[in-house]
Amino acid sequence: MNTSEAQLIEEEHFNTDSEQFLTFMLAGEEYGVEILSVQGVQGWSKTTPIPNTPDYILGVINLRGAIVPIIDLRKRFELEAIPYGSTTVVVVVKVTNEESDRTVGIVVDGVSEVYRLDNKDIQAAPEFGDAVKTEYIKGLATADEKMIILLEINKLISFDVIEEAFSNDEVNT
Amino acid sequence: MSMDLDLDEINEIFFEESFEGLDVMETGLLNLDQGDADSEVINDIFRAAHSIKGGAGTFGFMEISEFTHVVETLLDEVRSGTRQVSKDDIQLLLKSVDYLRDTMTALQNKQDVDAEAGESLRQQISAVLGNGGQDDSTDKKNIDEAASEDSKSEAGAEDNVDKFLESQKLWTIIFEPHLNMLQSGNDPLRIFRELESLGDLEVEALTESLPVFEKLEPQNCYLSWKLYLCTEATRDEILEVFDWVMEECDLEIIEPENTTEATDEVLEEEISKETENIIANKPIQSNETQPTKNNESNNSTTEKKVTKSKAAPKPVAKESSSIRVSIEKVDALLDLVGELVITQSMLKRFGNEYDSDSLKELGDGLTQLERYTRELQENVMDIRMLPISSNFNRFPRLVHDISGKLGKKVELKLSGEHTELDKTVLEKIGDPLVHLVRNSLDHGIETPDVRVAAGKPETGVLHLNAFQEGGNIVIRVEDDGAGINTEKILAKARDKGLVGPEENLSDDRINNLIFHPGLSTNDEVSDLSGRGVGMDVVRRNIKDLGGRVEIHSERGVGSVLTIRLPLTLAILDGQLVRCGKETYIISLLSIVETVMVNADQVNDVAGGARVYHMRGNYIPVISLNNVFKHDHNASVKNKNSGLLVVVESDGAQVGILVDELLDQQQVVIKSLEDNFKQMDGLSGATILGDGTVALILDVPGFVQSFLSSEIHKTSPHKHAA
Repeated sequence: MNTSEAQLIEEEHFNTDSEQFLTFMLAGEEYGVEILSVQGVQGWSKTTPIPNTPDYILGVINLRGAIVPIIDLRKRFELEAIPYGSTTVVVVVKVTNEESDRTVGIVVDGVSEVYRLDNKDIQAAPEFGDAVKTEYIKGLATADEKMIILLEINKLISFDVIEEAFSNDEVNT
Repeated sequence: MSMDLDLDEINEIFFEESFEGLDVMETGLLNLDQGDADSEVINDIFRAAHSIKGGAGTFGFMEISEFTHVVETLLDEVRSGTRQVSKDDIQLLLKSVDYLRDTMTALQNKQDVDAEAGESLRQQISAVLGNGGQDDSTDKKNIDEAASEDSKSEAGAEDNVDKFLESQKLWTIIFEPHLNMLQSGNDPLRIFRELESLGDLEVEALTESLPVFEKLEPQNCYLSWKLYLCTEATRDEILEVFDWVMEECDLEIIEPENTTEATDEVLEEEISKETENIIANKPIQSNETQPTKNNESNNSTTEKKVTKSKAAPKPVAKESSSIRVSIEKVDALLDLVGELVITQSMLKRFGNEYDSDSLKELGDGLTQLERYTRELQENVMDIRMLPISSNFNRFPRLVHDISGKLGKKVELKLSGEHTELDKTVLEKIGDPLVHLVRNSLDHGIETPDVRVAAGKPETGVLHLNAFQEGGNIVIRVEDDGAGINTEKILAKARDKGLVGPEENLSDDRINNLIFHPGLSTNDEVSDLSGRGVGMDVVRRNIKDLGGRVEIHSERGVGSVLTIRLPLTLAILDGQLVRCGKETYIISLLSIVETVMVNADQVNDVAGGARVYHMRGNYIPVISLNNVFKHDHNASVKNKNSGLLVVVESDGAQVGILVDELLDQQQVVIKSLEDNFKQMDGLSGATILGDGTVALILDVPGFVQSFLSSEIHKTSPHKHAA
């Protein structure tokens, strides 16, 4: 643990207007998720594909005895696919909705940093009109002079998204 | 707070025991009904009722204890021989058992209690009891109590406050426990709660005798209390609350209108002068009386209030989530865990100092580990196993009621009640079984005159049988009734367009049509059955449990419904199959046989379907690769090669084409739904020895989804399957 991290933890006690984010790289951009929703980060391991699911759902893995689905975020965002390399990791996040908590793994190019961001420094996502869906973007922030796209993980992997993917699927009708 | 939790827990035990008691009463009553007026049976019933009454009184469920008291009075007459039990009496007692069960369920879930039903039953019983003097007083008392309950409940509503106050008296109670009262396990709080259930209670603690801190003995009770109770209850009822502590306290109960008399009623010992002075100097205004703060924790009070305020939100009914495990089972587990620890320490040695000489020892250790692990697994599963008798026990009553209603004579035979089933399975199989039994009674067994005309004995026989067969539990519902009218079913099915007009179906196929939604052969819709929504629900429930249901029936001879269930839901005997690069698991339960594919016997049918010619039958072939679309090259390759796993689903055989058969092994079923979602054709996933995940095929679902999507246009059988 370096000093800045220790400082961060200390700050946590009297700074309630800020949140910590874990950031990761995806196609050259830095994305962030709330650190409290992150369950862990682990190396890429082979998944068992689930038939008749959208291609961004890579399959399921065994995470300490639980069956956890893995989502490829590049495919989800319709970015160009690259072969998985040594930095490719699975960020395991907990997705909460009214009914239940689910654990889901997301494949990203690599993890980057942990930042503490003041709520006031987070800008709302700009409106792109109907062309671009922004409901799963929590906001934009700047850290170390880089832009960080903060994701609303509960919306990104909400189950409407998965259901939606299924409704296009003929075999499962 | 912790106090409340404890109370809830204890209440739960009370409910559990009382439900058992009710079962005993019910069984006993049904035996009586069959003319078995054994005094032992009556005593059993009486004892059960008595324990319920006692328990309910202790835990403050006055509705139950008062009601049971009336029932007990009736039972007592029977027991002492002053009354001959009639059919009506038994019917009334059975109804009372039902009412008690409903009331307890409601109380358990903190829901409204149907006070009116209780009152009407109570009056019925009182009427039966006749006008004998001794009973009269009891009745009156009960009705009084009921009335007081009502007014108490209404007290919650503000507009009734005045009326309520008029009918109540304000009692002053001086309660001075002796120093050692706490040591005998008596808790003043419990007493206060009980008092509170009688009416509004205000408590004042008197701390004069509290010593300085250094001299305070933590186990002594230095406090005394002055209680102001605003209630309709009589002196005796208040005294009853203090029943247990009478010996260990000084108690004075003062009625304000009649103070002189009250002072005479000093109990056990004289009160101290100081306290007397305090009472005298403190006039109390009744409208200042406030309920104590721990109102919330008092179950009975809260519930009574809920009874009247219908608008109060109902908490969701919770399923009972505890099981009783025999001590032997737990001991066996402990032993095994001990052995495991020993084996583990033995194996740990090899981690530290390993040489090739100890290889054999290591092997032995691993074998031991395997054995203990398996035994542990079996034992843990065993804990969840309960005998099916808990489920069967409700049928004597059900059959009695329904056959009475239908005017049929039915003898119920039960066998294999000791067959053990997983608790979850047991809970979920209850409703389907009830449905099947009802169906048998309603549709199957004929009325006595019809039976006699058909040359059968007047009394029909319904046989419920449970037994283990391999890794399955089989439950059979067998009747010697009319059997299924296949023509009628077929006509109905044609009517609804489920079966084409030209189509000929085998009898078994037709029989299985009864599981189709919306098909009922009963022309008259009754409250028992005939709406055609039953059997498909039955089949779905059983399917959800991983089991299947079949029907065999012969006109005029009877029907047999066979339910096959897996022993447990958590573990499945599976056949591992390889398909492309993936491993899937097919439940051994559903596999009929596996054959090598002979290219000559595979035929393509127009429209893309494929059938396999096996021993004169053409069975549809589903390629796992095609349906799961994960490896197109492989599916081309195995067009004429590979293995055909023949599975049975809903009475129809279907071949599943796979690349290779792997091991057979027990697999632990893990839910896909927990973190993902339920998938058609998959019943879950499991983790294989190498840590990877394999998907478990849900055969009926898989076949169903295949048939409905792929052969939709080509096969007229789609609905029948």
